[in-house]
Amino acid sequence: MQVTNKLTPFFENLNFERDDNTMVINFGPQHPSAHGQLRLVLELDGELVTKAYPDIGYLHRGIEKMAENMTYNEFLPTTDRLDYIASTSNNYAYALAVEKLIGLEVPRRAQVIRTMLLELNRIISHLFFLATHALDVGAMSVFLYAFREREFAMDLMEDYCGARLTHSAVRIGGVPLDLPKGWLENLTIYLDKLPQNIKMYEDLLTENRIWKMRLEDVGTLSPEDAMSWGCSGVMLRGSGIPYDIRKEEPYELYGELDFDIPISQSCDSLGRYKLYMEEMRQSKRILEQLIEMYPQTEQKLMAHAPQYISAPKEEIMTQNYALMQHFVLVTQGMRPPKGEVYVPTESPKGELGFYIKSEGEPYAYRLKCRAPSFYHTGLLQEILVGTYIADVVTIIGSTNIVFGEVDR
Amino acid sequence: MAQHKVNYASNGGLPVALTSVDKLLNWGRSNSLWPLTYGLACCAIEMMASGGSRFDFDRLGTIFRASPRQSDLMILAGTLSKKHAEFARRLYDQMPEPKWVISMGSCANTGGMFNTYATVQGVDRIVPVDIYLPGCAPRPETLQYAVMMLQKKIRKESANMKKNKKQDLRLV
Repeated sequence: MQVTNKLTPFFENLNFERDDNTMVINFGPQHPSAHGQLRLVLELDGELVTKAYPDIGYLHRGIEKMAENMTYNEFLPTTDRLDYIASTSNNYAYALAVEKLIGLEVPRRAQVIRTMLLELNRIISHLFFLATHALDVGAMSVFLYAFREREFAMDLMEDYCGARLTHSAVRIGGVPLDLPKGWLENLTIYLDKLPQNIKMYEDLLTENRIWKMRLEDVGTLSPEDAMSWGCSGVMLRGSGIPYDIRKEEPYELYGELDFDIPISQSCDSLGRYKLYMEEMRQSKRILEQLIEMYPQTEQKLMAHAPQYISAPKEEIMTQNYALMQHFVLVTQGMRPPKGEVYVPTESPKGELGFYIKSEGEPYAYRLKCRAPSFYHTGLLQEILVGTYIADVVTIIGSTNIVFGEVDR
Repeated sequence: MAQHKVNYASNGGLPVALTSVDKLLNWGRSNSLWPLTYGLACCAIEMMASGGSRFDFDRLGTIFRASPRQSDLMILAGTLSKKHAEFARRLYDQMPEPKWVISMGSCANTGGMFNTYATVQGVDRIVPVDIYLPGCAPRPETLQYAVMMLQKKIRKESANMKKNKKQDLRLV
């Protein structure tokens, strides 16, 4: 460091260590377009990015550690705060892992409701992606339109579970509530309007010159890189690899449902944006099939496993044994058998899986969350290199990362 | 024809309602609160929703600004981790006076459900907070109400910020 005084003003004894155009800049952790608390250290040569280091941990809350000190049912609302844009997908992935550990059979009506909530969450999440991605690129009006549509979908979630963002609507062993009256009719109205709205977004964006210039051949990711960096979800399918866990390892009702997995061969941000739009249409298709399935199911919402799951409220209030079981489950928590389990699910962002190691105690010995965004954040050090500084925000938006699940 | 009741000649040509400088300044300050675009966690999504089409924050004169130099309201929306606390304080210091802080959501108020080694147990340990906003996550209506409460508070304050006894952490 130079020492400046009156005799030697600072500009006279300046000596630059480097006389080229390189520069190191710090992007985040409070940058409005960083999708949360991402800190990127970018090494630039002029406007070209030569190196990018994603620095994470600014939203680390110790969620995995919390799981070790909470009973299985207590931990469920915490999973809401992982990927907070589509909370039901986290609730579901966690509940599914515990169910597999115990070996529970979920009633069919609960399965239908769960799949409905999952797909509705997928639409909510994709609309949010579209809104923020468009806002990052500079299309403010798309943000307003997409949020308008998202609010209607969130109204439906609110009608069902009472919460807008943190649902906790899926429980271990089923769902707590049946669909309220008129919910399916409202869902049908929403789904009828959805295609024309998606078409409107596409009319606004897909052929828009600015949108194409900002997205085409930006953030290119070759299929080999996508696989070696552990990408999943749209990032993987955007590079032409047809891999969707709903098709590969069908869980819930996805084996019975008829839907397509859209794939893009273009390997760039524009292709991924198109996939998101197409996936919303597929979600609509799935939801329409589920609406027809719903009336054919019996009115049973929670699995029958007195050792693990409390009986319905009516039985607790009328039968002594059910009350005793409920008391033990509430005060001590369920004790799954010893063992470990990993269950992958297809969340709106990619492969979301929970690994649980149980020692037969009411608390998990270890819980690990395999979050898709974590891998996509690591990928940034690969795909940001060689791009222009102006495209960095576009690429971050295109990876659709959420820091709740990156840092956990 | 409009019936003028004010006689300009007799009233010295001043048909203007005069008010105190305090009220005039506070009227301006309270109706143009520009929050900083500063999302931390889940609550930031609800903050965006309140800026979105249905809840339309602009009605209250709040326009999100991406620079702390242009904003006078900081909405701390979400969990503040210990690693991030330094930056929250730095952003607060970068904002020009007069400035206000809304702590949005349980995590920002008290740490909420995240009572772990990594989280700050309440942002009032880092910055002075004007309005605490309960909920996990608070609805956009709640945030609107908080901004309206803050407007009320500002209207009661003196326009001279030095007179307002504001909790300042540097003095504690």
